[in-house]
Amino acid sequence: MVILPELVLLAGALAFFVISLGKAPEDKLVRSTALLVGFATFAAAVLAFNSQGTLFHGAYAIDRFSQLFKLLIGFALALMLVFSRNHKDIESRVRPEYFLFQLLSVLGLMMLVSAVELILMFVALELSSFALYLLVPMRDDRSGVRMQMEAGMKYILFGVMATGFMLYGMSYLFGLTGTTSLAGITAFLSAGTPQPAAVVAVVMILGGLFFKLAAFPLHFWVPDIYQGASNETTAFISTIPKIGAVAVLIRFLALPSGHPQFLVHLLAGVALCSMFYGNLSALVQKDIKRMLGFSGIAHAGFIILALLALNGEGYGLAIYYIAGYVLMNLACFLVISTVSQRGENLRIEDFNGLYRRQPLLAFILAVGLFGLAGIPPFVGFMGKFMILTSALRADQLVVVCLAAINTAIAIFYYLNVVKAAYTADPENRPAVTAPASIQATGVVLVTAIVLLGALPSRLVEYAWAVVQSML
Amino acid sequence: MDQLQISGGFPLLSLLIFLPLAGGLVLLFVRGEQFARLWALGVTTLTALITVPLLVGFDPSTARYQFAELYAWIPRFNIQYVVGVDGISILLVALTTFIMPFCVLASWQYIQHRVTPFMFCLLIMETSMVGVFVALDFVLFYIFWEFMLIPMYLLIAVWGGPRRAYASIKFFLYTLAGSVLLLVALIALYLKTGSFFIPDMMWQEYSLTFQVLVFLAFFLAFAIKVPMFPFHTWLPAAHVEAPTAGSVILASVLLKMGTYGLVRFCLPITPDATMLLAVPILWLSIAGIIYGGFTALAQQDMKKLIAYSSVGHMGFVTLGIFVLNTRGLEGAMLQMINHGVTTGALFLCVGMIYERTHSRELALATGVGRYMPWYVTFLTFFSLSSFAFPGTNSFIGEFLVLAGAFEFDPVVALAAIPGAVLAAAYMLRMLQKIVWGGTANPDQSHLFDLSKREIVVLAPFLLFVFWIGLGPQPFVDLMHVSVTNLLDQLHTWQEGHRVALALWR
Repeated sequence: MVILPELVLLAGALAFFVISLGKAPEDKLVRSTALLVGFATFAAAVLAFNSQGTLFHGAYAIDRFSQLFKLLIGFALALMLVFSRNHKDIESRVRPEYFLFQLLSVLGLMMLVSAVELILMFVALELSSFALYLLVPMRDDRSGVRMQMEAGMKYILFGVMATGFMLYGMSYLFGLTGTTSLAGITAFLSAGTPQPAAVVAVVMILGGLFFKLAAFPLHFWVPDIYQGASNETTAFISTIPKIGAVAVLIRFLALPSGHPQFLVHLLAGVALCSMFYGNLSALVQKDIKRMLGFSGIAHAGFIILALLALNGEGYGLAIYYIAGYVLMNLACFLVISTVSQRGENLRIEDFNGLYRRQPLLAFILAVGLFGLAGIPPFVGFMGKFMILTSALRADQLVVVCLAAINTAIAIFYYLNVVKAAYTADPENRPAVTAPASIQATGVVLVTAIVLLGALPSRLVEYAWAVVQSML
Repeated sequence: MDQLQISGGFPLLSLLIFLPLAGGLVLLFVRGEQFARLWALGVTTLTALITVPLLVGFDPSTARYQFAELYAWIPRFNIQYVVGVDGISILLVALTTFIMPFCVLASWQYIQHRVTPFMFCLLIMETSMVGVFVALDFVLFYIFWEFMLIPMYLLIAVWGGPRRAYASIKFFLYTLAGSVLLLVALIALYLKTGSFFIPDMMWQEYSLTFQVLVFLAFFLAFAIKVPMFPFHTWLPAAHVEAPTAGSVILASVLLKMGTYGLVRFCLPITPDATMLLAVPILWLSIAGIIYGGFTALAQQDMKKLIAYSSVGHMGFVTLGIFVLNTRGLEGAMLQMINHGVTTGALFLCVGMIYERTHSRELALATGVGRYMPWYVTFLTFFSLSSFAFPGTNSFIGEFLVLAGAFEFDPVVALAAIPGAVLAAAYMLRMLQKIVWGGTANPDQSHLFDLSKREIVVLAPFLLFVFWIGLGPQPFVDLMHVSVTNLLDQLHTWQEGHRVALALWR
């Protein structure tokens, strides 16, 4: 039962397939099935946490590295399904299909983190991506402007292009080494003299993954797609796929491509550009999802800053940071999707007076945003602090100073939302009702954000040990 | 680690830090406004009482960090949970814990809406303030230092005056922007020494360039907090909009964090840079003293007047720190406490007028002396203390600072003297208007004098005004050894490095 989480997801997807065959699927059934599958996946990931093994002739590795990522994915999925199971903005007749594709996408990501062979990686990535592309246009076409269709088209076109880069890079690796298994490639590359072509290949592959992670210069899909997709879909796009992207990024950066200095410079450049671009653009956003999209670009910059140490510590910190980022982002989206009455997009002033309309949601939002801004004692601060330490240890003084300045820029737009929620007058905006399950999820998220920030030791040590065992 | 005197017994300092936090968490689960008030009062009073054994058990004959506790926290980065107090921090800890119950009392009627969250903010504020003063690990310090922004922001933003949104954002952005480079500096220091333990970073051989850069990062963060001229612009806005308790905390404790940071970090970690840059900072302090005085003279808003007077008073504190001699530094330390007592009390007084007239305009508060004799009695004493009238606490502090400045350079001292005169001018102007006013006073006959609760709030402040004013020795004794030890080390260091410095120049 080493692949229990994958099997549960597959079973869940098939269940939704069966449900979707019926004429008028019952809303309640869909909702509770989704919730059940979400928690079953998390439970399965917990059960399979310590299992080890290799499947399919060495193409599929079940190791501590992959299981840690599966646990993170399962946890995020379960929490996300609690608040997004209602899907205010997805027509009820397509909801079974929606969940079908969502679960398939998660399945693809789970396969991706276990894949140690190029072809399997590609297949897993495509499974997850194509299912994801379909989720975007499923939004209800209420406004009549077909914004979601445009977003879906953009997503698929950009996505296919990024995949093309990646595939091209993979073909280089195969051409150089004659094998598609990562272990074989590593052995071949570390035996011979450094190959410039290997760097080209790795950079190409990184390009494809930067697209997933939404890092500069492959970030341009983010704002439009965040805005076009429904709130719940955006919550999904902005969190879980990024976990998978980090896993694969670590696997490829660990390849001995022979020119680490070049990679470090490249990553530093990408990180800084992502931060500045993301933060400066976020300053002027009016739509909360666009703002969080740009902030996501900036956070991708921080993750890349962690990776550029090119050692176990940096990779471990990247895992810690993405876990924290997902929690904080989910907290924000939980509030967004609850405040949004019929699933419409929210502007920042729609949060005006949230403190009076629903104090707990305002608190969750504030914790999420302060965390993203990197204020202690939340997980965002600890992640940022340790990443800066590791980057400064790698002698990147200028990069570290610029990254620190970015923190100061970022606080402004996060604070703007908090300001709206706490100081602005609600005028005649309606009160917000939050069901108990959502409140409980929010409290779980807040607790996790604080605990992970105050006591980071265990996760960081574990992530470091896991990465070390894989290198 | 031999600078630590580990307390084998009860973890007193951790209790001081976490008791208010625990009290705040309890508040979240219990409804009822009156309960929130009483509970917050109880928790803050208990915290204040716990400080008493701390003061009694403190050994003033050593400069080591006492009541220390040490636990591993994040071993990978060598970050520890380590707290302790010495002569420099103990008075500030006591000031914080003693002032908090009065902040709760001052908000008893002032805060009518959302009482529970307000008290929650006050309590976690206390946690982070005590944490800043006792933390001996730089990361721990930084966490408390930054975290404090959130409750303070909320205090201003939710319960503040009409321009609260602007004031709170300005406060938050200003202070946060100042401290981001502090983070880089502390990481850089860690990479040099391999430890985040603050005493391990002191008196190390860093290159002068490194010291100057670190000093500037420190200085930016702390000078904004103090606030030193020209970084003071957030202060009047924040003070004016904050509720009374917020103003008191801001004036009495938050501003001290900046000067505490200068003493704790700048002097021992970057001694060469301190000596190199002391003179420009002295002149900035004097600019602050004069500027604060003149601006306060022109204010019509009482809170703004006191806010600008704070700029002047804190100028005296930084003046005392950077003359780098015992008199100056002890005067500065004492002046921090004095400013906390006096200005805190003045803000309470303004808050009491505001509760009655719903205005902070000086023109609307004229001539209340006839109807509120108790009130103006208190106000008079606090005003006298504010401009350092002999016999009150500030006189001792300011006198020591000026004596230290004379020792350093008579020109500097002479330049600071007009500030003392200005202080008398603006405080007496305010006092004259409030007590007597002119011929066209508004009708104040509806005003009622202080209630018992308000007298209970103000009386302890008056006690300290005279206690420090007439018998400052116990307070000086507490800090004396730590201060002289710091300066001795600084001067030994200076002797050893004079040659090197001369060469560099």
